Amino acid sequence: MTELTYLEAIRTALIEEMDADPRVFLIGEDIGHFGGAFKVTQGLLERFGPARVVDTPIAEALIMGVSIGAAIRGQRPVAEMQFADFVTCGFSQLVENAGTFHYRLGVSVPMVVRLPSGGGVGGGPFHSRNPEAWFTHASGLKVVAPATPSDAKGLMKAAIRDPDPVIYLEQKLLYRSAKEDVPDDVFVDIGKARIVRPGKQATLIAYANAVPMAIEAAAAVEKDGFDVEVIDLRTLIPWDWQTVVRSVEKTGRVLIASEASRTGGFASDVAATIADLAFAHLDAPVLRVAAADAPVPAEKSLEAYHRPNAEKIERALRGLLAY
Amino acid sequence: MSSPYPPHPSAPAVPPPAIGHGLQKGAQPDVATLTALWEMMSLSRRTETRIIELYRQNHVTGGVYTGHGNEATSVGSAWCMAEHDVLVPTHRDMGSHLVRGHTVEEVLLQAMKRADSQTGGKDSGLHLGREGSNIVGMISHLAHMMPVAVGVALAERQKGSHASVLTTVGEGASSLGDFHEALNFAAVQKLPVVFIIVNNQYAYSTPRTLQYAATFLSSRAAGYGMPGETIDGTDVAIVLDATRRAFERARRGEGPTLIESMTMRMRGHSEHDDAKYVPKPLFEAWRGWDPVHRLEAHLRAAGALDDAKVKAAVDAIEARLDRAVAAAMAAAPPEGRSAVEGVFRRWEPEWSVPDGAIALADEVLR
Repeated sequence: MTELTYLEAIRTALIEEMDADPRVFLIGEDIGHFGGAFKVTQGLLERFGPARVVDTPIAEALIMGVSIGAAIRGQRPVAEMQFADFVTCGFSQLVENAGTFHYRLGVSVPMVVRLPSGGGVGGGPFHSRNPEAWFTHASGLKVVAPATPSDAKGLMKAAIRDPDPVIYLEQKLLYRSAKEDVPDDVFVDIGKARIVRPGKQATLIAYANAVPMAIEAAAAVEKDGFDVEVIDLRTLIPWDWQTVVRSVEKTGRVLIASEASRTGGFASDVAATIADLAFAHLDAPVLRVAAADAPVPAEKSLEAYHRPNAEKIERALRGLLAY
Repeated sequence: MSSPYPPHPSAPAVPPPAIGHGLQKGAQPDVATLTALWEMMSLSRRTETRIIELYRQNHVTGGVYTGHGNEATSVGSAWCMAEHDVLVPTHRDMGSHLVRGHTVEEVLLQAMKRADSQTGGKDSGLHLGREGSNIVGMISHLAHMMPVAVGVALAERQKGSHASVLTTVGEGASSLGDFHEALNFAAVQKLPVVFIIVNNQYAYSTPRTLQYAATFLSSRAAGYGMPGETIDGTDVAIVLDATRRAFERARRGEGPTLIESMTMRMRGHSEHDDAKYVPKPLFEAWRGWDPVHRLEAHLRAAGALDDAKVKAAVDAIEARLDRAVAAAMAAAPPEGRSAVEGVFRRWEPEWSVPDGAIALADEVLR
């Protein structure tokens, strides 16, 4: 066990995988000498040299295209977007190129794209995006979204070793605020949800930044005797629909919390799947608590209004339990 | 000839050369090499002609993008590659596919979207290149392949291989940001990449006068800190010379080169397109620069080809194409269910979310 922040967990996974596999390399803007905008890659240039920690010009489509080209030649690139928001500049490369190579020609594209995502840090419309649904909809990209240091490390290792392109959503808000003892040999299989706390009366599903909010909301209603099961999805493509359906069959009530905008969000797909596969077990409507259908505003009270939080989830949960 | 280049907007008054004129004077490869190049260029042209016929007969559907007029550039540039070099071609590069080892049989299976084609009917055209091959399978977002080509070069350097990369785009795709990002980074990293802009005058219906304002696209090279030159892309000896110099530079570790190769797209964008927007005199002018005819005229003048030799070579190509077309016609189409296979390299069956509509119907209508 080593106590690590979420950020240190990501860095530790990168170092361990780079030590173990000479094919793994990092590419992105300001990641070398500067150590990255958030310092995730600090010290890695010194440790691994410029051939494996590649500083690029400001060119996201290039970073994606170069990663694809390297991956199809057997390397294992881990690309950093400085903020998830800027992935739009490289979007087409990911969706059209990385996401179709194996389908078209059977060519493996083992690359990881790190997206510092999410709000709650006053970043405004261009430094707060939760872009996961763009990629979960695309077909051909795996998507993971860890919410704890252990999962951050374990899923990074799984993502690097995976033979497919993996979008790795990392939460800026959790970089330094989330800290825990992480097993030194942690490895988290892609496709497995985590039951954060078992419960019988309702299922509360969350991922990424919404997980700590969900835990807080479940603890708040527990004071009034309600027993809520909290599930952290951890991975979105593939996602662990079986764990979710089993839980809903048990509780009959479900709420899905996501920090992304409501319409067309991944939470909507979870809701639709529950409606498809567990309808007969439901005692209440399938509810979502998500962000507003608006760009993420910069000012604190605007962002607080826009974004879900533990209080909003708790209120929805109380409604669900009372239904 | 007063200009070393075919018709160009900067020199619209270049008189068309007489049909059947040969190559420009200057250093040329030996006659045996030129003859082999002519055979390959003829194979490229005639394979495309077969695909056009199959399209008209409705045996090939969708887009049919040909390289008629581009054979000297496509064949000549790929001819300069070493075995370990990597090709990242564009959609009209039939010639470079054939030079680098794809067969007419593979090309025809792919054109007809057969189960045994490289993409099993999931994709078509020249989107070819299996895992482990030194040809990278392109997508229709043409400029996107330029950063990919740069990534291939970076990976090969990381692995300690001495492979260089050849990649081509049209003048149309050169307008996208990927072009800029790729050339800039390749130059910064001194990567061994040969970039060729195949300037074939039209991007679908858009003439190059609406595509860019520069006299020569090769002048962009200076802005990236790499050498660039514009060449007559219909003269295979000139293409060989320019590409060889670019590869030598790459192999010496001096970085990338940009070549603008002037050609003419002698057919429509795709075979549904009659290209009425191209002024007739332009087609007529360029007909005199037909790369296959030029090379043939040169070889006839040099005594390496005569009517009998041409007939023998053409008959051999056509017989091979007869067999390849027959095999592709007889090959099976893919099974519908393969449409959902192979999205990922690793996918566990339990990861697939059941289709609720089908499950419900199965249960209720049982």
